Amino acid sequence: MGGDVTGTTPPATPVRDTDADAVYRLTVNGTAHTVEGTRPTDSLLHVLRDRLGLPGAKNACEQGECGSCSVLVDGVLVCACLELAEAAVGCEITTVEGLTPAGAEPGDAALTGAVLTDVQQAMIEAGGVQCGFCTPGFVVAIHDLLDRVPDPGPLEVREALAGNLCRCTGYGRILAAIEQVVTVRGNGR
Amino acid sequence: MTVLAPTRLDDAVAALAADPSLTVLAGGTDLMVAVNYGQYRPAGVLSLRRVPELHDWHVDGDGSAAHVVLGAATSYTTLLDPALAALLPALAQASRTVGSPQIRNTGTVGGNLGTASPAGDTLPVLVALDATVELASASGRRSMPVSEFVTGPKQTALALGELVTAVRVPVAHGPQEFLKIGVRNAMVIAVANCALVLDLGRRHLACALGAVGPVPMRDRDAERWTAAHLDWGHRPRLEPALVDEFGRRMAAASRPIDDHRATAAYRRHAVEVLARRALARAWAAT
Repeated sequence: MGGDVTGTTPPATPVRDTDADAVYRLTVNGTAHTVEGTRPTDSLLHVLRDRLGLPGAKNACEQGECGSCSVLVDGVLVCACLELAEAAVGCEITTVEGLTPAGAEPGDAALTGAVLTDVQQAMIEAGGVQCGFCTPGFVVAIHDLLDRVPDPGPLEVREALAGNLCRCTGYGRILAAIEQVVTVRGNGR
Repeated sequence: MTVLAPTRLDDAVAALAADPSLTVLAGGTDLMVAVNYGQYRPAGVLSLRRVPELHDWHVDGDGSAAHVVLGAATSYTTLLDPALAALLPALAQASRTVGSPQIRNTGTVGGNLGTASPAGDTLPVLVALDATVELASASGRRSMPVSEFVTGPKQTALALGELVTAVRVPVAHGPQEFLKIGVRNAMVIAVANCALVLDLGRRHLACALGAVGPVPMRDRDAERWTAAHLDWGHRPRLEPALVDEFGRRMAAASRPIDDHRATAAYRRHAVEVLARRALARAWAAT
């Protein structure tokens, strides 16, 4: 009677649902996934974490206040906790796991997470990561900002990150990380 | 529970007619919080995400008759688009105070109307601009002023089986201001807010207050009195006594309550300050 020590075997019966009848497909990080056995009211965040094995987006406030579940839906930065998962059918969803360094090709080590993006690397080097809980949300939000605005001013950065809360760093080192990325990317242009 | 995601407005209206118990999902920034916290369990969901007509905006008419028609699914981020912000500056200012980039990317003007929270940030702007809301159901289309559509806290004139499809907002020719008080500048629900619109051609002033009454509050007498005493020919000269009296009249028009965000007394004081400040700023920009 060995228990499921690997933790990878799904429970024989769904844990939380009472009317889990919906089966739908979500495209996450370029891969189509079949989703089943969820509650129809499940947020995208729950489906990503609990059904698709993508725990990068974090679950904290479940009301869009903290930004720790930030993902991109059709290229737009949103809180995964406020997206009804089944209503995201047909959308391209990108999580922190799907961010790749510039120039990476499918099959690269980057796609397995072995290589960090410049934002992730800068967050480490600048000390922008302490407990780490908010970090994935920040990384997604910073990528979104710098993809749209390559050289943002200080106020622009603060306003763009107003929806991501960090209770460890006091934000200074996160801002330093962004400055570092902007400088390095600027030198490469 | 079913989740329907039609791709045509007609199909959305038909789906709602077939099952009026469907909960309409726009951005989800209000609905999903209630769902996540177990406070609300929809019997079925009608998602408007894939209805293209609801995401568009355009200008209808020109000159003093110009209106901006905003599809109900227009996001706060879209309202910050410079082309739209130039036409509806107070709506852009209000949108910038909503939530965070994530929330502004998701939340919609139609959702703000449908939720009809007294603290909804677009509502005082739409009321000050005399905007009208467009509705559709299987039995046809109708429109009504936003001031009549919002009937109480989280209550609207929406009939069973009816959808908000658009908002028609007149383009005013003159400065506009939106001001909001909350505990900080980001991610905050209004303790009090204020929209003020000056129309230089018609020598008209409109001011609506939010979060200080069951619905956005206007005082037509105070507006007319103030407009009649403004020195339109010698802008931007402005009598301090006139500004003070305007603030007092707007505060008197408010009907705030005590709640977990602020006391009624604080809110009444706050809207007096906001109304004064909005008038002074808008007038200085003439």
